[in-house]
Amino acid sequence: MSELKPMSEQAPASPERRRFVGTAAATAAGLAVAPGVVLVQVAHGRPEDQAVSSAVRWGMLVDATKCANGCNDCVTACSTENGWTPVAESQHPKQAPQWIRKLELQDPLTQMETNLPMMCQHCAEPPCVDVCPTGASFKRADGIVLVDRHTCIGCRYCMMACPYKARSLVHEHLNDTQKADVPRGIGCVESCTFCVQKVDRGDGNTACAEACTAAGHNALLFGDMNDPDSEISRRLRELPTKQVRADLNLNLGVRYHGI
Amino acid sequence: MKRLLALGVVVLTTAALAWAGSETQPKAGGAPKPVIEKAVKGEQCVEDTDYMRRNHMKVLDGHRDKTVHEGIRTKKYSLKECINCHASETTGSVAASKDDFCVSCHSYASVKIDCFDCHSTKPQGSAAMHPLNAETAHYKHKLAAQAASKISAEEMAGLAP
Repeated sequence: MSELKPMSEQAPASPERRRFVGTAAATAAGLAVAPGVVLVQVAHGRPEDQAVSSAVRWGMLVDATKCANGCNDCVTACSTENGWTPVAESQHPKQAPQWIRKLELQDPLTQMETNLPMMCQHCAEPPCVDVCPTGASFKRADGIVLVDRHTCIGCRYCMMACPYKARSLVHEHLNDTQKADVPRGIGCVESCTFCVQKVDRGDGNTACAEACTAAGHNALLFGDMNDPDSEISRRLRELPTKQVRADLNLNLGVRYHGI
Repeated sequence: MKRLLALGVVVLTTAALAWAGSETQPKAGGAPKPVIEKAVKGEQCVEDTDYMRRNHMKVLDGHRDKTVHEGIRTKKYSLKECINCHASETTGSVAASKDDFCVSCHSYASVKIDCFDCHSTKPQGSAAMHPLNAETAHYKHKLAAQAASKISAEEMAGLAP
């Protein structure tokens, strides 16, 4: 691994090279090495039979200065990837699940407008987990906050506890419209999963961030906040960022710049 | 008169027996046997058939907790892989019609199955095989985009050679 370090210190690293470095390291880790030598496994190349570890903490940086007014691509990409019906197309918009939503804020004094997406902030100390009576709401070792639908009873305490209104309850039968990779169903609470199915596949990115990059805005950056060489860690070091409701001391996995 | 009546009884009994023995009717001893469709791909399940018939719920139960909580997504004992193999060729699903793999046995055994309240009953990428209902009409453009992708539905389901 040490010979890879100088490469990753050259900034800015292109996505292609990052992928190559990840693949190369993963391949190296899979090979037999000299006895006694332990290679550190890179997050992106985690074998499918290995449990997630707290060596990784997935996070997202939202650059509100780049988030475009009127653009909804992150929301559309999320609903396509995860199979939830967009609110505008729902028969019951007030009950429709929302994993991510676009907010348009205006300063009443200066009229300055700010655009940003709001979703589960993947707290290190999640209130939704604290209040869950069945243990269905939980935080995975790599920092992703999820709902285990096998144990969720749909009581919605977590929806009440969440300061970000990030969670939704599925009110109606989905009639087998779910994605094969994203089980979701009636009577269970759900929210942004940081595209856990993609993360586990080794994509190392979320659908919303991919869509934002594809649209040319580059307002969303997903990555491992525990890896000092990752793009997100580098940007977090450089940019002034805020946590929404930082006063709650929840140590959020989503950080905002320009709010 | 008595003789005629006895004859009538004999004729009726014979007819009833013949009717019961015919192919279209259930055999004596209960409900129609479940139809067990052979898996579309693969010759052998991850365990012996006898073991799977008795214990599939236990292995699925153990695997789901590892997947959800620890992110372990091995294929053995994964419900997704069950569906990939056992989805019916006609309906493309394991639980859409009464003869599909999961439903067939579960209705015979009268055991409620709630996996598919949340899990899709179809292999990934096979949505193109199914006519859209009103509930999913808004996915039309997304499915069209899927169909235009380089990977075919068969490849995604792992059916292609």
